Amino acid sequence: MKSKSNGKDFCIFALPGLFCFLAVLIVPFLYGVYLTLTDWNGVSQEKNFTGLKNFAAVMRDGQFWSSLLLTFKYVIFVVVIVNVLAFGIAWLLTRGMKGQNFFRAGFFTPNLIGGIVLGYIWQFVFSRVFVSIGEATGWSMFEASWLSDPGKAFAALVLVSVWQLSGYMILIYVAGFMGLSEDVMEAASIDGAAGLVKLKNIIMPLMMSSITICLFLTLSRAFMVYDVNLSLTGGAPYGTTEMAAMHVYEKAFTSRQFGVGQAEALILFVITACISGLQVYLTKRKEVEA
Amino acid sequence: MAQTQVGGNRKKAGNLLSFLILIAVFIAFMFPFVMVVINSLKQKRDIIKSPFSWLFTIKGLSFDNFVKAFTQMDFLNAFMNSLIVTVSSTVLVTVLASMLAYYIVRHKNKLSQVMFALMVASMIIPFQAIMIPLVSIYGGTLNILNHRLTLIFMHTGFSMAMSVFMFHGFINGNIPIALEEAAYIDGCTHVQTYFGIVFPLLKPIISTMVILNALAFWNDFLLPSLVLTDKKLLTLPLSTYSFYGTYSADYGTIMAGLLLCVIPILVLYVVLQKQIINGVVAGAVK
Repeated sequence: MKSKSNGKDFCIFALPGLFCFLAVLIVPFLYGVYLTLTDWNGVSQEKNFTGLKNFAAVMRDGQFWSSLLLTFKYVIFVVVIVNVLAFGIAWLLTRGMKGQNFFRAGFFTPNLIGGIVLGYIWQFVFSRVFVSIGEATGWSMFEASWLSDPGKAFAALVLVSVWQLSGYMILIYVAGFMGLSEDVMEAASIDGAAGLVKLKNIIMPLMMSSITICLFLTLSRAFMVYDVNLSLTGGAPYGTTEMAAMHVYEKAFTSRQFGVGQAEALILFVITACISGLQVYLTKRKEVEA
Repeated sequence: MAQTQVGGNRKKAGNLLSFLILIAVFIAFMFPFVMVVINSLKQKRDIIKSPFSWLFTIKGLSFDNFVKAFTQMDFLNAFMNSLIVTVSSTVLVTVLASMLAYYIVRHKNKLSQVMFALMVASMIIPFQAIMIPLVSIYGGTLNILNHRLTLIFMHTGFSMAMSVFMFHGFINGNIPIALEEAAYIDGCTHVQTYFGIVFPLLKPIISTMVILNALAFWNDFLLPSLVLTDKKLLTLPLSTYSFYGTYSADYGTIMAGLLLCVIPILVLYVVLQKQIINGVVAGAVK
């Protein structure tokens, strides 16, 4: 393209997309940083500049820190279980089994459905189906609804998230296993590598790029969990299962403390970005070429 | 000879075992869906008595729940809202993002490099870090919430960075500039060249991005819940949410309602299964 028409080209090709991007993402992001320095309540025309007062309020907001702690716990459980499960299933699926596509498609189904609907489906399962299993068998584990006990409600959240996310990770791990070179696998077997040794020394290093992607995706999704949290437990019982993202929402839109809410949102964002950045850096270093 | 026989048997046993494990996990995965389907056809007292009982052991099996859920949820209206929002946003982001990516690839100057770097960096910002100022700007200052167009605009903006990134990678690697030069010599304008020659060549990446974006738009809850409150404008996830709030004790109706929400996606999934799975894998691995 000639430089003469560069300006016109920019306006036709680049500007519309760029405008949407800036107006919806960048401007609110910057404005959000400014909001943390004001005492805006969401309604009044007036905003007073309050400096770092909101961040001091965040420090005192015990509920935020306990929700953050709970989110960490949740993230660890979800990331570990999802990846171990998905890795295992993908490994089983790629051992030359019939019906691989059918299984893969089935496992992926929960991913197609929005978190709100999934949460409600499971709410029914936990509060009705499991309880009736408990009544029929006398298993104390299912006697009362899981959702009415803080510890079990947390376990329920982890379970549903694992169920929702695994199918996606299975797809990625299956693609990774399919990409493993037959020659390398055969050479390893001839050299006497089998079972766990083969898994640890040959398969894992070669699968590292899939692992990087899956860890990143599960980490960022788990940190921002909201839909399932809202529809499955809604923070109940007594706010004991309220995750950080939900707390931010409540703080801003229910308590109408927009400045504090936004400050908490930014803190959550920085923590998430640092942890996922660190994870990508660490696992990328371990990637090898076949 | 004997050794290979043993090895063969062991392998067979191993395969059988892994098949059984897979079946077990698969059944556990499908279990909630089965429960929804079974109970959507039953009446409330039967559901409370035994959510497990199979259909043929129950009297009073009926589609009443579906009729009730369909009308109470205003299903058709919500479905149409979701469809309008999803289709328009998907078309808009596909066209705008591909054009922007094309511009960035073909103009290697400072400005386009800065734009691209900004977009890639912005992909780590989660929606939660923006939602409060977003409501403050569009609800307070501009006062344009509660319009479908606002939601469509926002969907487009939020998926822009990821889409540009994907299109950029594809155009960079797969579209030879020689074709465009030939078109210019024949007297085509840039816009004609783009839509006549480049855009059709992007088909593989377009189908990937359409699938990824459309699924995300269709299922999104948090953004629409902040933008749309007018009952007439609610999308399917939103109307499910308010419907559940009103009828949460009416299990049969709820199950039927949830099933109604799931059916359109499942139908699409059955038809386009291969494309959807390939699209999702391609989107993640890039």
